[in-house]
Amino acid sequence: MKGSLLQARLVGLLLLALVLFTPPVLLVFDRPAWLGFSGLPLYLFAAWLVILALAAWLLEGSKDE
Amino acid sequence: MSDWLLVAVAFSYLGILFLLAAWGDRRAEQGRSVINSPSIYTLSIAVYCTAWTFYGSVGRAAEAGPSFLLIYLGPTLAMLLGWVMLRKMVRIARAQKITSIADFISARYGKSGLLAALVTLIAILAIMPYIALQLKAVTVSHAILTDYPELPSKLGEEVFWQDKSFWVALVLGIFTLLFGTRHLDASERHEGLVVAIAFESIIKLLAFLILGLFVVFWLYDGPTELFQTAAQKSEQITRLGLEAVPGGASGWVGTLLLASLAFITLPRQFQVLVVENVDERHLKRASWLFPLYLVAINLFVIPVALAGLLLGDAGQEPDSFVLTLPLAAGLELLPLIVFIGGLAAATGMVIVETIALSTMVSNHLVMPLLLRWKWLHLDPDRNLSSWLLGIRRIAILVILFLGYLYHALLGESYSLVTIGLVSFAAAAQFAPSLLLGLYWRQASAKGATLGLIGGFLIWAYTLLLPGFAQSGWLPLSLIEEGPWGLAALKPYALLGLEGLDIYTHALFWSLLVNLGLLIAVSLFTRQKHLEQTQAALFTEALRPEVMQTHLWLGQTSREELHQLLTRYLGQEATHKLFQRFQTEVTAEANRSEEDQLAPPELVAAAEQALTGALGSTSARVLINSVVRGEALDLEAVLSILDTTSQTLEYNKRLEQKSAELARIGEELRSANERLRELDRLKDEFVAMISHELRTPLTSIRAFAEILRDSRDLETDKREHFLGVIVKESERLSRLIEEILDLARLESGRLRLNPEPVDFRQLAGDSVDAITQLFQEAEIKLQVQLPTQQAWVIADPDRLQQVVINLLDNARKFAKGKPAQVTLTLEAWKNNWRLAVEDNGPGIAEEEREKVFEKFHQIQQEAASNSRQRPGGSGLGLPISRGLIAHLGGRLWVEDPKKLKGARLVIELPRAPEQEAKADAPPAAPSEKTG
Repeated sequence: MKGSLLQARLVGLLLLALVLFTPPVLLVFDRPAWLGFSGLPLYLFAAWLVILALAAWLLEGSKDE
Repeated sequence: MSDWLLVAVAFSYLGILFLLAAWGDRRAEQGRSVINSPSIYTLSIAVYCTAWTFYGSVGRAAEAGPSFLLIYLGPTLAMLLGWVMLRKMVRIARAQKITSIADFISARYGKSGLLAALVTLIAILAIMPYIALQLKAVTVSHAILTDYPELPSKLGEEVFWQDKSFWVALVLGIFTLLFGTRHLDASERHEGLVVAIAFESIIKLLAFLILGLFVVFWLYDGPTELFQTAAQKSEQITRLGLEAVPGGASGWVGTLLLASLAFITLPRQFQVLVVENVDERHLKRASWLFPLYLVAINLFVIPVALAGLLLGDAGQEPDSFVLTLPLAAGLELLPLIVFIGGLAAATGMVIVETIALSTMVSNHLVMPLLLRWKWLHLDPDRNLSSWLLGIRRIAILVILFLGYLYHALLGESYSLVTIGLVSFAAAAQFAPSLLLGLYWRQASAKGATLGLIGGFLIWAYTLLLPGFAQSGWLPLSLIEEGPWGLAALKPYALLGLEGLDIYTHALFWSLLVNLGLLIAVSLFTRQKHLEQTQAALFTEALRPEVMQTHLWLGQTSREELHQLLTRYLGQEATHKLFQRFQTEVTAEANRSEEDQLAPPELVAAAEQALTGALGSTSARVLINSVVRGEALDLEAVLSILDTTSQTLEYNKRLEQKSAELARIGEELRSANERLRELDRLKDEFVAMISHELRTPLTSIRAFAEILRDSRDLETDKREHFLGVIVKESERLSRLIEEILDLARLESGRLRLNPEPVDFRQLAGDSVDAITQLFQEAEIKLQVQLPTQQAWVIADPDRLQQVVINLLDNARKFAKGKPAQVTLTLEAWKNNWRLAVEDNGPGIAEEEREKVFEKFHQIQQEAASNSRQRPGGSGLGLPISRGLIAHLGGRLWVEDPKKLKGARLVIELPRAPEQEAKADAPPAAPSEKTG
C-alpha cells in the first residue's frame, strides 16, 4: 500500500471514530437497555473495539514506506 | 495491616524497578537494546495511566457515569493519527535532537529561548497538581491499608516530617535521581527508564484485572448478579447514561477533545511518545495496541464502581473503592496487590514527568541564565557537563517538593479526577503552537508566544483561581459573584457563558484565545530568517531529503569546537563525535594540526550533540560563540529545499523521457530490421524477375538471330522457329502482366470492381474454360457444386482468374493413371468454400505457407536443381492470395481430403441472395471427364 493511501485511510478511520464517539450518534444508544441501565457503556466498548480492529487491520496489513 | 510490611513491600518493588532499569541501561551500553520492540514502546506509552486511572476512574464512574471513558477515548483518537502526525514529530525530534516538548516548540519557532522558557514555566505549573495527585494517591492508599476500617487520618494536619506524603515525595525524588540522571547523552534517551516504565504498565494492568475478576466473580456470581443487585438499589446508583456526565453532550465533546490534546502535549507523554521512541515504525503497532491496553484497564471499572456503591459506608470515598472492596471482604493479599498496582501507576508517572520537567528546567531556564554570565562562559577549564547533571538533580527535587507543597496546601479540596483535568487543560495550551506549527509554515514565534500566554492566563483565571477560592485561599464570592461583583467576569461563566461544565468552559475560552492569537499575530508578523528555516524544516519533515541538509556555512577550527564540546559533554562523548569525522578529514587534508577548519558536517553534528544535552536554544548560542560567519539563512535553505524538490522533479521527468526514448529506439530498431529485410527481398525479387525475363528473351533472341543469319532455312523450320518466338513473347508479356498485377496488389493500387457474383456459376464457367486443357492432358476433373446458388461479393474476372489459376496448378501437378483433380464448392458457416485438390505429390506441412511467397517455385527448383519444372512464373499463388484477400476472403493450403495431393481452399463470405441472372447452371453433382 502506498504511504499516502494508508494515511488517507487512517484519517478516514479517525473521522469514523469521531462520529461514533460523539453525540448525536451517542444519543441513539443512551437509553435503558438492561435492568434500567443505559446501553451507552456497552456501546462505547463495542465501538471502541471495532475501531481498533479496523486500525490494526489497516496498519498491520500495510508495508513499510 | 502493619505499616512495616507495607513499607517493606513498597521498597522491594522500587528495588526491583531499579534493578530492571540498571539492566536496561547496561544492555543499551552493550548495544543490545531491549526496548527496540513495538510492544515495549506501547507499554511505555501506558505511563499515561497514572494513579488517577487506577483509583480515580472508579470514583469518576461512581459519580459521573461513563465520562471516565473520555480520558481514554481521547488518546485513542490521537493514536489513530499516530502514523500520520506523531511520526512526523518523531522524525523531527530525531533529526534535530529534540529533548522535550519545550525544546520542540522552541525549535519550531526559530529556536526561541523565550518560548522554551515559557513552555517550561507553564508545564511546571500545569504538572505540579498532577504530581501532587500521585503523592496523594500513594499516601491515601497507604493510610487506608493501615487504618481500615477506620477512615484514614486527615492529611496536612501534622508537621511535614510526620506527613507520609513528604517521605513518599523524597523517596521518589531520590529514586528518580538515581536512574534518571545517571549520565548525559547526546540524545536524551533513557533506555533503562523505558524498561522500568513498561514493567510498571504490566504490573498496574495485572493488578487492576485481578481486582476486577475478584469483584465480579468472587464477591458476586458473575456480572449478571452484580448488575441485578445494583439495579434493585436504584436510588443510589447512577444509570450510566449521558445524564450523569457533567455538562451533558457538550461536556462530553469538550472532555474528549481535552483528553486527545493532553495525551500529546503532557510533557511525560511527549517524552515517551517522541523522545524515547527508538524506531518510528513502532508507532504502527502502538497506534492500535496502546488503545487496546486502555480498553483492558477500563473493562472492570463500571463493575467495581457498582460493587463499591453497594458497599455503602464501608466503601468510604469512591476513589478508594479499589482498596476498600477487598479489605471489606477481609482479604490480606489482594489489597497489597492493589496497593502495588497503584504504586506502579503513581511512580511511573512521577519518574517520567519529573525527568521530562527537569530536563526542560535545566535546558531552558537555568542554562540560558548561566550562559549569560560571562565568567562562566569564558572559563575554558571548567567542565560544565557535571554542572548540567547537578542542575537536573536539583530540579527533580525542587519539582517534587513543589508537588508536595501543592498537595499539602491544596490537595484536600479536590478529588483525583478534578486535579487531573485541571492539569490536562493547562497542557492542552501547547497544542495550538505544537500541532499548527507542524502543518502551517506561516505560524510565527510571536504568535505562538502570545497565544500561549493568552491561553495560559485564561486557564489560570477559569480553573486555577476558582480552585484557590474553593480551597479557601480566596473568597468564594469570586466564583459566585465575579471579581468586584462583575458577573460577566465570573470564572466559571465568562461573559455569561453558562451551561458548560467547568473544563469545557475553560478549554473553550483558553483554546479560542490561544488559537486566535496564534493565527492572527502570525498573519501580521514577519518571521525571522532562522524561524522561516525551522518552519520549513518542520512542515516538510516527512520529505526524506529535508533533514539531511547541513545548515551551517560558518567556519571554525576543530580545536575550538573540541574545547566547546568537552566543556559541555565531557571528554568521552566529544572524542566519540570527533572520531566519526576523523577518517574523512585525515584522508583529505595533509596538515594534521588541530587548527584546521571543521567541516560543516562536524559543526552540524556538534550543534546536534549540544542540543541533545542543552536544548536547541543554548546549543545555538554556544555554537554561535565559536563559529564565525552565519548559518545558512532562509533563502539558502529554501533554495536547497526547492533545488532538491526541483531535482527530484527533473529526475522524474528525465526518467520518463529516457524510458520513452528507449521505447522509440526499440521501435526504430525493429523498423530498421524490417526495412533491411524488405530491401533484401526486393533485391532478390529483382534478381528473380531478371532471371525470369531473360529466359524467354534469350530464346527469342537466339531464334531471331538464326532466322536473320540463315536466309535459306526451310519453310517449316522457319515456321517452327517463328512459333517459338511468338510463344516465348506471349510468355514474356504474361509474366510482365503478372508482375504488374503483383506490384499493384502490393502498393494497393489494384482496382477491383466487386459486385454480387454467383460463385457456383463462376466455378462452372471456369471449369468450362479450362476443360480443354484437362482433356488434352487426360486428367480426370471431378466437379461437385451445390444445388443452390452461391452468392458472394467479388470481381468476377479476377475471381475467375484465381479459380483458373488453381485448376491450372492442379493440372500441372496431377499425375499417375488416372491423374485426378477435384473441384468442390460448399457452404461453411457464413462462407462459401471452393477447394481444388489433386493427386500429385502434395505439399509438406512446413511448405504450405511458403508456396505463397513470390518465386517460391523457382527457389525450390534452384535448390533441388531439377528440370522437372511444371511451368509458370511462380507468381500465380501470391497474386491469387492477394486478390482473394482484397475481396475479403482467404486462400490457404490444407490437408488433402480425397486424393492425397495438394488441397487449396478459397473462402469468401456469403452475400445476400440475388435474382438469378443467367440460365441455371448444371445441377450438381456433375462430372466432367477428360
